[in-house]
This record gives sequence, structure tokens and C-alpha cells, in this order.
Amino acid sequence: MGQQRITRAECAHVAALARLELTDEELDRFTGQLDELLDHVAEVEALDLGGLAPTMHALPIANLLRPDFRGEVLDRDEVLAQAPFAEGGQFRVPPVLGEAP
Amino acid sequence: MTAVEIASAVRSGQKSARSAVEEYLEAIVQGDADIHAFNLVTAEQARIRADEIDAQVAAGNDPGPLAGVPVALKDNLCTRGVATTCSSRILEGWEPPYSATVVERLSEAGAVMVGKTNMDEFAMGSSTENSAFGPTRNPCDPSRVPGGSSGGSAAAVASGFAPFALGSDTGGSIRQPAALCGVVGVKPTYGLVSRYGLVAFASSLDQIGPFASTVTDAAAVLDVISGPDPQDSTSIGETQPSVSESLAEGVDGLRVGVLGELSGNGIAPDVAARLRAAVDALESAGARVAQASVPSAVYGLSAYYLIAPAEASSNLARYDGVRYGLRVDGASTPDMNTATRSAGFGDEVKRRIMIGTYALSAGYYDAYYGKAQKVRTLIINDFASVWEQFDLLVSPTSPTTAFSVGERTADPMAMYMSDVCTVPVNLTGQAAMSVPYGVGDDGLPVGVQILAPALGEPVMFRAAAVLEASR
Repeated sequence: MGQQRITRAECAHVAALARLELTDEELDRFTGQLDELLDHVAEVEALDLGGLAPTMHALPIANLLRPDFRGEVLDRDEVLAQAPFAEGGQFRVPPVLGEAP
Repeated sequence: MTAVEIASAVRSGQKSARSAVEEYLEAIVQGDADIHAFNLVTAEQARIRADEIDAQVAAGNDPGPLAGVPVALKDNLCTRGVATTCSSRILEGWEPPYSATVVERLSEAGAVMVGKTNMDEFAMGSSTENSAFGPTRNPCDPSRVPGGSSGGSAAAVASGFAPFALGSDTGGSIRQPAALCGVVGVKPTYGLVSRYGLVAFASSLDQIGPFASTVTDAAAVLDVISGPDPQDSTSIGETQPSVSESLAEGVDGLRVGVLGELSGNGIAPDVAARLRAAVDALESAGARVAQASVPSAVYGLSAYYLIAPAEASSNLARYDGVRYGLRVDGASTPDMNTATRSAGFGDEVKRRIMIGTYALSAGYYDAYYGKAQKVRTLIINDFASVWEQFDLLVSPTSPTTAFSVGERTADPMAMYMSDVCTVPVNLTGQAAMSVPYGVGDDGLPVGVQILAPALGEPVMFRAAAVLEASR
């Protein structure tokens, strides 16, 4: 393995971006594992791909669109019944900006 | 009995759907404690549905081409009112308010769901050990893994718990477990089968497909589940020819290439020997066989392990404790989101989310994700040249036979290498399938992978039928 590709601090930053809180043990383990993976995939960095366009979808298929009519929709009560916390026909969450509503 | 035989017997009134369902439910009761193919067995619903089908037959109506045939569904396929967990704590107990299109199509064809099968959490893994509910065992040798991520579906069919099953294949998750368990597994062309109601992992790579004991059964199931769906904007808009109808047409005159980059380095000698035997069988049946080369296929794994996690990190952002599944409380919504995700996701899912988040983050996007998308183009171009010379390609499905439970769990890179033969096809959107072709030195099944260009399923199945008949 060559130089270290991702540091423990970078790993912690990525976890925070992904809204994951890692224990010290997880952070140590994941840093090593991510570093090993990045080292492996680095082989693509060496390729000269200058003239190639990136592929987003493998096959040249057009979006399949339905007619623009109001169709069947999910039942609101059935959907909300699966929510951890629903109230008054809406999803209830803790304060978003830090203040109690 | 095969799925096709059961359906035929049920449609003609020679066998009741109820008796077919009872036989398989009994097999599950007898055997699944040792295998753990299922997260949930839906016995009572299956009995009710079977009785409905028998009532249809009694009334002189045809319940459809899969009448009374039990099916096991991977637990990432939404089933209305029936728990769908993706083998994750974060979705434990969630009952979807709608069913996947494939689930509806199977039901309309008369198939009867007997349960939801275990998988690597959110389909991330190659051994079905990354399940929050414990690993599935390989029915051929319970000390070995069944492969993954659709290991529960593969093990269910191999154990005789269901004549067929559905799985999903993002990087090999149908083909590799099919190979390791000794059953047929199909990854259809991207867009041939609707993804509506398949819990998303990597949306540009995911595809649903069948597991079955025979090529004929796999073809019958694919014919039922494929076709345009207005609910999936990436589904192919035109109905494709039936694969069942042309199954018996053989391979005489077909040009078959042995895909060198996926058949040499890193392939176990006993697996390579079975591939040579398969190639001989195709040649004896009239195929013209030559070596084929897709030079960029060697970069498939690297491109895959950037693209799939990148898409996953975006798709799995939806598990935030707001609308469904687990919520772990926090003082604020961001705190609640973080607490929920940290408690609800397992290690492999966290790793992939982090790889993807990193590969998409500012400063690294061009070097990793952007580059991987260009490699994807390179692989597509290389395959396009090869399809000018060949109708089909063959390779091993997996570099080895089934490995031991626990052998690769501590080493993610070793686990990722299990997918080296299967990932290129997901990157290109092409069709591929695994056909069991004998056993390795350890007596465990070996699968041969047949690759076809996009929408080449009819020709691919013809070769699969020839291989099956030559075993």
C-alpha cells in the first residue's frame, strides 16, 4: 500500500456529512478499510480517459413518461401509520432550528 | 416438481394450489431453522391465496401461467402490508403501503408468496452475512456462505423451500449466490424488469431477476415479470419477445467468446476446469467458440466500488427517522437523524455510505466518481466492439466455490473481490445469467456465467438450456 489516502479526521468529516456518528473504534477501523479501498480503486486515476464522456445510464433509453393525468396515489393514513411519529396528518419531528415550537 | 410442472398441474385441476403450498411450507418448517433463508414466512396468507386460486380453477377460470406456484421474495421487494426490512434494523417492522410491480405481476400470474428472504443489509454484500437478523447458510454445506446479497432467495430454491424466487442484482447479487448454491440465476437487461417497489441501492445498476432450479422455470418467471411499466421511468418501453418460446432452439452456429479478462487471473483451477467443460459442451452443440477480450473489464470492480456507493449514499439519505422505520430521539431533527442512522445501519452500509459520500464530495468528485463514470463508458465501448464478433460471452460466475462463514467478514476488500466476474455487466446494463455446471474439488457447486448484449435474453437462455442439458 502506498501513501495514506484518507486520514482519520477526513473519515470523521465524511461521517458527519453522511449524518453518522462513529465510535472511536469504528473510526479507527473504517479509516483503515476506506484507505485500503481507495488505494485499490486508485488504479482508475492512472487511466487516460480524456476523450470519453461519463456514463450516467448504461443504455440509450429515453425516460418513459406516463400521461399527465392524476392517477392513483398512496392513502395518507396508511402512509402516516408507518411513521415513527405523526400528528394532525403530518410527520412530526423534533425542532429543526434548535428552538422548541 | 418444477414451477412449470406445478402450474400445469394446478391449471388442469390435477393438483391443488393448496397442496403445493402446504408441501413447501412443510419443507420450510422442517429445514429453515438450519439455513435461515427466510426473514418472514407468510404461511397464513399463502394458504388463503392458494385457496383463492383453487376456487378460480374450480370455477373454470385460468389463474395464470404460474398458477399455485410458491415464490420466495427477497426482502427488499415491497409487499403491501407485509414487513419489508432489507435485513436492516432501520426498516424493521415497516409495512409498505404498496407492492412492487414484480410482486403484482407474479400475483396476477397466480404465484403464491410463501415468505420474504434474508439478504445482506440493503443488498450490500456477497455472503448474506451482513444481515441484521443473522447469516443465511449454504444448503450444500451449512459451514459455507450462500453468497449474496440475495443469499436467502438462492438458498430457498436450493433447499426446496420454494420452486423459484426473486432477487436483485446490483453487482452480482443474483448470479453469485445462484452459482454458490447451485441454482439458475438471471440478471436481466437494465430496464427489462420494472424496479418500482424495489428498495433502491444503486439505481443505475439495480435489476430484479429470478432464481430457479431449471432454465425453463427461470424463463417462465422472466416472461411474467418483464415488460414496460409506467411506474418506472427507466423501464424499456417496448414489450420484448418471450424467452420461453425460443428456449429449445440450440446454439448451432452461434459465436461464443470466452471472456479472457474474467476467466484467467484469480480464478480457482477447479472453477476454470468447469468453465472449460461448459465451453466444450457449447462447441459440441454447434457453437463456434473463440477467445474474446474486453481489456477494460479489469477496471470494472474499481469503477463499481465508486459508482455503487456513490448512488447508495444518495439513495440511503432517505432513512432519517422521519417517515418510516426506526427513530432514535434527539434534541433536534439533525441530532435525531444522526442518532437514528447510527443505530439503524450496520457496518457495511455505513462503510458504503461513507465511500460514496467521500467520492461525491467537493475536491474528490472528478478524481473518483467522475473518473469511474468515464471508466464505465470505456467498458461499454469495449463490450460494443466484442459484440460485433460474438453473440454471447462466457466466464465463471464466481472466482471460487462457496467460502466459509466468517472467512471474509473482517476484510471488506477480500469480500469485494467475490464480485469481480459479475460487476462489469451491471456497469454496461447488459444481460447475464449463471447456470450451475458441476462441482469443484470441494464438491460444492460451480456456476458458469453467460453474458449477452442488451436485450439478448432469448439467445442467452438458448445457451443456458444447452448447458443444462449437457450436465
